[in-house]
Amino acid sequence: MKELFILAVVTVFTLVTYYLVEPFAHSQMHKHIESEGFAYKDLPALTKKGDATRGKDLVMGAGACTGCHSIEVAGLPAPMDPVTAAQSYGVNPPDLSNAGVVFDAKFLAALIKNPAHALMLEHKYNEKSGASYPMSQFYGAGGDMDQEVADMVAYLQSIAVKKEELTPNMAFEVACGRCHAIHYPYNLDGKLHAPWTQIGEKPTFKHKQDELAFETKVLDYQDALTKYLGTLPPDLSMYIRSRGEHYIKTFVEDPQAYLKGTAMPRVGVTAEAADKVIEHLENVGDSKRHKREEIGKYVMIYIIIFAIFAILWKKEVWRDLH
Amino acid sequence: MAHFTKAKNLHDWLNQRLAIDTLNRVLATEYWIPKNINFLWAMGMILAITFGLLLVSGIFLLMYYQPNIDLAFDSVNYTIMQEVGYGWLWRHVHGVAASVVFLIIYIHMFTGIYYGSYKNGREMIWISGMLLFVAFSAEAFSGYMLPWGQMSYWAGMVITNLFAGGSLHADGLVEWIRGDYVPAQAFLNRFFMLHVLLIPLAIIGLIGLHFGALRIPHVNNQDGEEIDFDAEAKKYLAGDKANSKVIRFMNDFLAKDMMVVGIFLILFFYLVFYHYDFAMDPVNFDPADGLKTPAHIYPEWYFLWSYEILRPFSTDVGLIAFAFAQVIFFLLPFLDKSPNAVPASRRGLFKYWFWAMLIDMIILTAMGKVPPEGVFSTIGLYAALTFIGLWIILPFITKFEKKV
Repeated sequence: MKELFILAVVTVFTLVTYYLVEPFAHSQMHKHIESEGFAYKDLPALTKKGDATRGKDLVMGAGACTGCHSIEVAGLPAPMDPVTAAQSYGVNPPDLSNAGVVFDAKFLAALIKNPAHALMLEHKYNEKSGASYPMSQFYGAGGDMDQEVADMVAYLQSIAVKKEELTPNMAFEVACGRCHAIHYPYNLDGKLHAPWTQIGEKPTFKHKQDELAFETKVLDYQDALTKYLGTLPPDLSMYIRSRGEHYIKTFVEDPQAYLKGTAMPRVGVTAEAADKVIEHLENVGDSKRHKREEIGKYVMIYIIIFAIFAILWKKEVWRDLH
Repeated sequence: MAHFTKAKNLHDWLNQRLAIDTLNRVLATEYWIPKNINFLWAMGMILAITFGLLLVSGIFLLMYYQPNIDLAFDSVNYTIMQEVGYGWLWRHVHGVAASVVFLIIYIHMFTGIYYGSYKNGREMIWISGMLLFVAFSAEAFSGYMLPWGQMSYWAGMVITNLFAGGSLHADGLVEWIRGDYVPAQAFLNRFFMLHVLLIPLAIIGLIGLHFGALRIPHVNNQDGEEIDFDAEAKKYLAGDKANSKVIRFMNDFLAKDMMVVGIFLILFFYLVFYHYDFAMDPVNFDPADGLKTPAHIYPEWYFLWSYEILRPFSTDVGLIAFAFAQVIFFLLPFLDKSPNAVPASRRGLFKYWFWAMLIDMIILTAMGKVPPEGVFSTIGLYAALTFIGLWIILPFITKFEKKV
């Protein structure tokens, strides 16, 4: 009985110390930001039902999207290579093939109407600063503008892969991959994928010359990006361990809440796409998590049996000693 | 030369040459342990097992770790964690054990303080234990540098800066330690060597000394009873095990040790598999960047109390207070003037001193982590002053203690 009391005292002091050093200290060092579940409450709801066919005409025509954006699934290649595009706009405009599944519909509509507002970059692009966001805002094609925007969103949704078909690395590429690199290769379905650079997966080269040419392109792209954002966005290889799921999710929802004045835009992903991005970062930075949990079970069972035998041995030996 | 006869079997052959029966008797079967000791006396065995886990896991990590400032981070976080089979397991065992070993050391230390196990002939046990604590601290710190993350780099910067001695401005000494103006390649190589060779060697030697120091005064017991070990051992050997106040180390106390170890390992492996991140600061998963200072720089949890003794004062006073905190525990056997080696609960003012010291160190630990602002600085300052004050009054409050 006395030993149990001593154990309780030791446990209480240990837990108090743990609480103070971990949960308490972290609550004092980092403000807690609650996720709003990717609802984007500050953006207006879509009031009109979009028509994909009309949307297609707008995207290809009056909306002028394809002047800068490629839509690979519709057979429209990019007008410029990524490096030239980054040198012109600061960053390579994304391919729109899967924008409709990765980005939230409300966000896409707001983005078409007023990019700086949807991206939460109005502190950088406003009348006072004289700078305007590289993507020009859509002023309408002459009809009901809300209807036109809804049509364009409907079109983007119609060409995108289905929600279930969106893979973690597709979500990452669309949402993060034009600014952030991941220099760790990763295994997926038994295949080792190459490291990700801002201009795409690094191919394998036969000749050193070709590899250097590719690396030069990456550096040129990064230079343009650095000039545009003020700093080169960090490599995300270990972000799942250095930031954790909660931070990453709430950060992409509202970067300004963490870093006031940052050039990092609000990403505008749906909750499902955010989960896919997290899964991708786990595949990259914590690829052994399933194995860890599986083996953990067996080790715990083994060690509990060991402890039971140890207790029985003690009882056996001490029977004569009392 | 000794007389050797033709051996009857392997045991006999070894026994003639290595005296294994005598060794077994002296080290195990007739190494007498008081019966009235509780599970807190098994912390030594837990520490030995944890040190073993650290050594084995460390050897595996050493096979793939690259002590190079450009490769170190990825060799740990990619090669070991993802490419090498079970590398993640060794890394988490190593990381969790490095943190847990300090929890057990602190429990072991406070057990010694509570039961007065540093007194009346047991001074060397205490001093060798404190040397082990210092060696483990150096081992932990040098190991923390190796993944070359942000906290590795900046903690390395802060701690080596301490050697400038404040107003002494011994910057040359700091550069000599680092081998550079800032932590860089020479620094990493040196700490790598310290972590994998020199300090582990010292630790193994000190463990030998610590065990050796126990042989003559024997371990204390939870009643502070002075036991006549020879008389009690005779009783035991005569078969009166129930009335003897001593038991064999093996298998008697070892059985209890292993029971406690078994329960400890459940907690340990739970942490390794399901809560490994408790021991690893997320900041250290950002690669070292000498151009980007982290918002908060703090050491690992087990150094926080002594860090907090440094922090609330001006540089020079802080360094003196810090140096005081590093050496004062060594002097405990000489500052405690009481003739009693009994549990704190049966002593005079020392009873309150013990709990005040324990709580004060927990407060210092907590304040060492949070940013030194507002009320936290004030609490930190008073806790640091309390720590120093408690040590100053210790000889006075124990001097007048009556023999119990």
